[in-house]
Amino acid sequence: MSFELETAPNRENLRRVAIDPVSRVEGHGKVTLLLDEAGHIHEARLHIVEFRGFEAFIRGRPYWEVPVMVQRLCGICPVSHHLAAAKALDRVVGAVPVTATADKMRRLMHYGQILQSHALHFFHLSSPDLLFGFGSPVGQRNIVGVARAHPDVAKQGVLLRKFGQEVIRATAGKRIHGTAAVPGGINRHLDAADRDLLAAEVDQMVAWSQGAVALVRRLHEADPALYDQFGHFESGLLSLVRDDGAMDLYDGHLRLRDAAGTILRDDVADQEYLSLITEEVRAWSYMKFPYVTELGPQAGWYKVGPLARVQNCDFIPSPLAEAERKAFIDYTGGAIQHAPLAFHWARMIEMLHAAEVIREMLPDPDLVAGERMADGVRTGEGVGIIEAPRGTLIHHYGVGDDDLVSMCNLIVSTTHNNQAMNHAVRAVARKYLDGRELTEGLLNHIEVAIRAFDPCLSCATHALGKMPLIVELHDAGGAVVDRLSRD
Amino acid sequence: MSATFLLDGQPVSFEPGQTILEAARAAGRYIPHLCWHPDFPPHGSCKLCIVKVAGRHVSSCAMPAKEGWEVESDTPEMNGERRALLQMLFVEGNHFCPSCEKSGNCQLQALAYDLEMMTPRFNHFFPDRPVDASHPDVLLDFNRCIYCELCVRASRDKDGKGIFALTNRGIHKHLVVNAESGRLADTDFSADDMAANICPVGVILHKRVGFAVPIGQRTYDEAPIHLVAMRPEAAGDD
Ligand code: SF4
Ligand code: FES
Repeated sequence: MSFELETAPNRENLRRVAIDPVSRVEGHGKVTLLLDEAGHIHEARLHIVEFRGFEAFIRGRPYWEVPVMVQRLCGICPVSHHLAAAKALDRVVGAVPVTATADKMRRLMHYGQILQSHALHFFHLSSPDLLFGFGSPVGQRNIVGVARAHPDVAKQGVLLRKFGQEVIRATAGKRIHGTAAVPGGINRHLDAADRDLLAAEVDQMVAWSQGAVALVRRLHEADPALYDQFGHFESGLLSLVRDDGAMDLYDGHLRLRDAAGTILRDDVADQEYLSLITEEVRAWSYMKFPYVTELGPQAGWYKVGPLARVQNCDFIPSPLAEAERKAFIDYTGGAIQHAPLAFHWARMIEMLHAAEVIREMLPDPDLVAGERMADGVRTGEGVGIIEAPRGTLIHHYGVGDDDLVSMCNLIVSTTHNNQAMNHAVRAVARKYLDGRELTEGLLNHIEVAIRAFDPCLSCATHALGKMPLIVELHDAGGAVVDRLSRD
Repeated sequence: MSATFLLDGQPVSFEPGQTILEAARAAGRYIPHLCWHPDFPPHGSCKLCIVKVAGRHVSSCAMPAKEGWEVESDTPEMNGERRALLQMLFVEGNHFCPSCEKSGNCQLQALAYDLEMMTPRFNHFFPDRPVDASHPDVLLDFNRCIYCELCVRASRDKDGKGIFALTNRGIHKHLVVNAESGRLADTDFSADDMAANICPVGVILHKRVGFAVPIGQRTYDEAPIHLVAMRPEAAGDD
């Protein structure tokens, strides 16, 4: 089984280019290209250097430690891991359902995380490319450049993110690495003073989020040839949806659509995810390739994240975001949008939804009072699925009678998108790089496509750190013939 | 009339036979300690209570006070010694505070904050110490043991069970459970034993408690150990 441009037939005679590691993407990934003498691309691969140490680290630990421990998987969305683990372990302690207070505190925390992560991704990591162009001078292509040219946009980005972080602090106890979600519930209430502080600012956050959606939409409408075509490929869509088909980023069942928009599987309970997905190992990549088992590896891969979610749900249960979802659907006359750059548009619609959810939830009396913990009949296993900022996140644990974790399987959103990101890289390589002399600006096109997915390579690979971009040109023998780097 | 010595220049009176640490506490003066506990005779293993008397370093928990002594405790030199001792304790075990459920209730961590220990300084040993989760109510996470023997003493002298013991010496020293299988489940240990409630760090833990109390609202989050340790009810644990 293989895909076009995945493996070149005559690899020995080709020149190798490595984009290593990918910049403005958290974590450690690299792209390799194989070129012939004329500069034609024969192979393009995104490799994510995966370190599978974390599951082994969790095995043998007491289960109540896990929601705190797994936050160390990722410096960017620790809250998502914290909540997915707590949800999985609710099953183990029999807390199904958790109390209203626990459910609402966790939801509020999660939507705070969505808001801060989407703001970070769009304003800090992607807006430089979108506002200045993919091949613009590298010194301008950063948040400082945005602050100079578009001070309002940069300021709103910073403050939206800060607001999201404040929601997290107020619910999780700390801005990063809180301990609030525990198996069976939550260990604190929302402080009324925190609630009032957030409530005073939330209208502004909703308004700015609306502005952000409008900005991305304008970009699409101004250059449809680029936005609709760049890195284009088609795939299925996977996400959680609520039982009534609404968007729900905290809980629900799994739904799969095919590339044309037909629902293929619906109502797959989170505990049954293994009935839907198989993870394939390929020799050239450390990261696995999940696919829908009944469709097989060639046809069964899919994408997750904002672009999947906005089109997989039947509606968004908040009015402003729902209006934007409809505009998004109308843009193509109802056809599914697959263009990677449409991720940004969908992401901003979700950010608006998150701001609306936070606004709606804040006055809820269950947040500041009420029973925090539940329990029930103990079981030996649990699955927790959450729609993390980057897409579907699955935590699955087995717990022995001695309370120690005996089994652990984690599938992070970047792993779900592994095949999809490889397709985007190949589409861009084919269209923009093939037969041309490679420059930093052209190589950035590859990264723009990867960044649209907002991959969090650090948690996909369970390694930490953000590295500068280094591009090396290798000749057919593997020797480095040229080298470009930037910070 | 009782005798006096000087602690950091301030007079402290004492009864005959009282140790420096006991007399200081009775006078409301704190000297750091880890292995000392008011219910037990001095143990003298951790050396955190180190003070300087007549140019010599002595363990204040074990040294009887003497009339006229000039004792230095809260000085840069003594606190520097204590920091180094803490750093050694941290690297000898596996102390990973960010995901430790004892965080905020741990005396080792609290002392490290109080004495401004900023780095581990030495290389970590990363010893391999499997947990014992066999008991239904209590988990033993040996990764964090500092060998103060408070559990050994409590189980033997107060609970009358003798469940714990230290074996070997030097870097091979470790805590064991007195059962043929070596498992806590094969003893008559109970979560109500004093030994189950005395560990100053996160080794002997009541199961399924975890993070029920939020980090930030725990004993040493609310007040530093030099105040908590002086409270009348302060025994050893949180
Ligand atoms: S288990 Fe705790 S009380 Fe016992 S020796 Fe180790 S640190 Fe001290
Ligand atoms: S307290 Fe004195 S040696 Fe430990």
